[in-house]
Amino acid sequence: MENIRNFSIIAHIDHGKSTLADRLIQYTGVCNERNFQDQILDNMDIERERGITIKSNAISLPYHAHDGKDYILNLIDTPGHVDFSYEVSRSLASCEGVLLLVDAAQGVQAQTLANLYLALEHNLEIIPIINKIDLPSADIDRVLEEIDSELGLDPDTHIKCSAKEGIGIEEILEAIVQRIPTPKGDAENPLAALIFDAHYDSFRGTIIHCRVFEGTVKSGDIIKFMFNGATYKVEEVGHFLLTRTKREKLSAGEVGYIIAGVKTVADVRTGDTITLQERPCSQPLPGFKEVKPVVFASIYPIASDDYQDLADSLEKYKLNDASFIYEKDSSVALGQGFRCGFLGLLHLDIVQERLEREYDLSIILSVPSVRYRFTLKDNKVIYVDNPAHYPDPAEIAKGEEPYIRAAMMLPERYLGTVMKLCMEKRGTNSTMNYTGPGRVELSYEMPLAEVIYDFYDRFKSVTQGYGSFDYDIIDYRESTLVLMDILVNGEKVDALSQIVHRDRARARALLACDRLKNEIPRQMFKIAIQSAIGSEIIARSTISAFRKDVTSKCYGGDITRKRKLLEKQKAGKKRMKMIGQVSIPQSAFLAVLKSDTD
Amino acid sequence: MRKDQAGLYIHIPFCKSKCGYCSFYSIKSLNLIPDFIDALNKEMKFYSELFTSFDTVYLGGGTPSLLSPQQLETILKTVGKFYRIDPHAEFTIEVNPGDVSLEYFRALRFLGINRLNIGIQSFDNSLLKFLGRRHSANDALASMKAARDAGFSNIGLDLIYGVQHQNIKSWENTLQKAITLKPEHISCYQLSLGQKTPLYQICQEQGMKLPSNEQQAKYFFTTSEILENAGYLHYEVSNFARQESLKSKHNMKYWQHAPYLGLGPAAHSFLRNKRWWNKSAVTRYIRDIFQDKIPVEDMENLTPAQLQFEALFLALRTHTGIDLNLYKTKYAIDLLEDKKSIIGSLINNNFLEIKNGFLRPTLAGMAVADSLALI
Repeated sequence: MENIRNFSIIAHIDHGKSTLADRLIQYTGVCNERNFQDQILDNMDIERERGITIKSNAISLPYHAHDGKDYILNLIDTPGHVDFSYEVSRSLASCEGVLLLVDAAQGVQAQTLANLYLALEHNLEIIPIINKIDLPSADIDRVLEEIDSELGLDPDTHIKCSAKEGIGIEEILEAIVQRIPTPKGDAENPLAALIFDAHYDSFRGTIIHCRVFEGTVKSGDIIKFMFNGATYKVEEVGHFLLTRTKREKLSAGEVGYIIAGVKTVADVRTGDTITLQERPCSQPLPGFKEVKPVVFASIYPIASDDYQDLADSLEKYKLNDASFIYEKDSSVALGQGFRCGFLGLLHLDIVQERLEREYDLSIILSVPSVRYRFTLKDNKVIYVDNPAHYPDPAEIAKGEEPYIRAAMMLPERYLGTVMKLCMEKRGTNSTMNYTGPGRVELSYEMPLAEVIYDFYDRFKSVTQGYGSFDYDIIDYRESTLVLMDILVNGEKVDALSQIVHRDRARARALLACDRLKNEIPRQMFKIAIQSAIGSEIIARSTISAFRKDVTSKCYGGDITRKRKLLEKQKAGKKRMKMIGQVSIPQSAFLAVLKSDTD
Repeated sequence: MRKDQAGLYIHIPFCKSKCGYCSFYSIKSLNLIPDFIDALNKEMKFYSELFTSFDTVYLGGGTPSLLSPQQLETILKTVGKFYRIDPHAEFTIEVNPGDVSLEYFRALRFLGINRLNIGIQSFDNSLLKFLGRRHSANDALASMKAARDAGFSNIGLDLIYGVQHQNIKSWENTLQKAITLKPEHISCYQLSLGQKTPLYQICQEQGMKLPSNEQQAKYFFTTSEILENAGYLHYEVSNFARQESLKSKHNMKYWQHAPYLGLGPAAHSFLRNKRWWNKSAVTRYIRDIFQDKIPVEDMENLTPAQLQFEALFLALRTHTGIDLNLYKTKYAIDLLEDKKSIIGSLINNNFLEIKNGFLRPTLAGMAVADSLALI
């Protein structure tokens, strides 16, 4: 155990976490240059494209240190987005130390702080790393000052590096060995292993990623998940090298995987404790919580024939994403579908993209919603995250919506526009702090609904990417809520219904009508689009019919060409949703839920 | 005409000059004509067992009227040698107004050709020039007179609308002039420019736009109204006949899924569930045949679903529409039951009607026939 170190890298987005991980892997020789993928831990396309790590993952690095001894350095990767802070916390709980990465040009950002706080909560050893020192815009003195004043860390403990250029890598590895504490625990104690991730392998079933704190687990053992008491027989345990490498056992202090014939990852909860059935540990490891989605939306297949495919794909997707929840839902306009819960809008985007890309499904998403709380006249309290379940307005005594506290860091020059944006988003109780020359920390209390609508996009755009943003849900507050419906040729499209603040309803309605008008192609019939609150129409637009679409020539016997053309159109139409007689493309649904900035 | 009787199409792929809008296959190397005729005669033999008789023959192009009566005679003699041609067959040739004379027409009559399709396109000289046509409005009038003098009693005119430079008034004039000539048949094609056509390039460069959807609709409905008022039957999207019996029997075969044999480069053939088409390059077509190879470019086996879809979209282009009982027997699909709600609403909105067991498009429906086919 003395030669094991468990660590993680934490950083604000784009501060170079994946690049540093790559360098460490390369340096320790787990893989050679030739088979080295640029960003090895980010093994999903979407993650690579967006430049963020969504799923945490782990790798064991063998390292021969200057003291002449051989070490195993377990790098546990963490997701780098505000939507995934629980996953981050479970990864951190599996470590004894972290590398806190700060960009030499950008300095300390909102997520640097948020991640630092998480690391401190877990009493981790923190090694500050100043990355990208090769950049012409690097300002190391300023960053050191920030590390001292904003992070409250001893700036003398920092290491300078350029992950891109490979500078400082050896120094970092030595620091990991010398400064990060040796894991504690006893291999003879009852087993207590923390699940920090799980992924699905189509050949082996669920692969559980865990950190063993106490005891030993080996193949043949009967393990038990403490959250639900489910038991499984261990088929294989091992380490993550570049690929999974089978071992005889995993013991206290080690990080690795367990394969135990777990068919669905629904049984595996990140943060749960694994123990042995025969000799269980007395209590689970601390910190487990069931992740609570904050954003909800329904997913429907465009072609109702695809419902079963969608169901299968969601089940498969769920295998790899414990924080995603779903249940059956049905819509009058869109048929059978699923109501899904997400950690945030980014999470929602990811699920949507994965379903479309990996599972080749055409889906429609309803307008995302937060979970509202209503007190009815009979004093009953209900939570509503689906506009379809909006209570009868006559029965509502009080409506409340979730509020967040947004923590933003931005250069002073954007202060005016950001404050204006926050006020537009019904922000209140602001506080402001100068954290350094020209840098402001701003905090507002805002309705979560406004944040998920378009706040993040607009914030990034008004701060030209220099602002950083993080949030916590604080409480529920009273609000004047209404249910806004969209009608296409008089038929309600329930997937487009939204619960909105009364004052925002008309602007939203106008925007939705306008968007739909632009996105729905002209058809044989005139199409009327209306927005309504109850029976009151608050906005409308009309799409005129086209009167001619037929092409002239269809002779000379070349029917094949014409058929192929029409088949293509037919396939295109199949990718649209029929509402009454109106074909609505997926883009129209997306357009309504996207922000009004683009 | 029996529906299961096959039609024969012969493609003559030569033109003296290429019209700017045309995407049909043709070449200007007239020196290839003798070899082409040899090849064509040989190709007929290839199919003499698959097809035995025809009740329509259609010489299209290209410009078939570039061939001399002697050359046409050679071709038609070979047709007679390998196939039985119904004595009452509709026998059409496409002609270019600039190329023909009374003598030529007389010779065509003598060969047994009983129907002409004259590519007049427009009676507006500036428009003819813009389109790259070799003839004038007067040529068109003269050819029409010559054809009548030669004794042709079944003449179709091809006209074109929706051209840049054209306006609805000029089109109405062309239609009125066509009506005064009393042709038995008029085809009015809306210009659609393939991206490879020279006219498309020119329009791109000069920023000229084809008429908007609204304007196209106006052309379409105006055309129908004017010709119907003049006594023509609007029996297919682009086609008008003075009476039922004067519809183009050959083209009807395409729309009714009847079998047809296409000879010559790029020609398409259809038999039961197979469609195949020839190579389009004349030289390759000739070379293959001279090497005793069938000059087929590709063939497809149509699935029942494809056949059914074709039957639907083709029939919805025609005034006759779909014979619902026949459709049920042939494809085991009860359209009215299967697509009940959409058909009901299309009927309510005056796009479709049901008459005597036929589901047929109204005029408004014919204008959107492509969309109707997607129900």
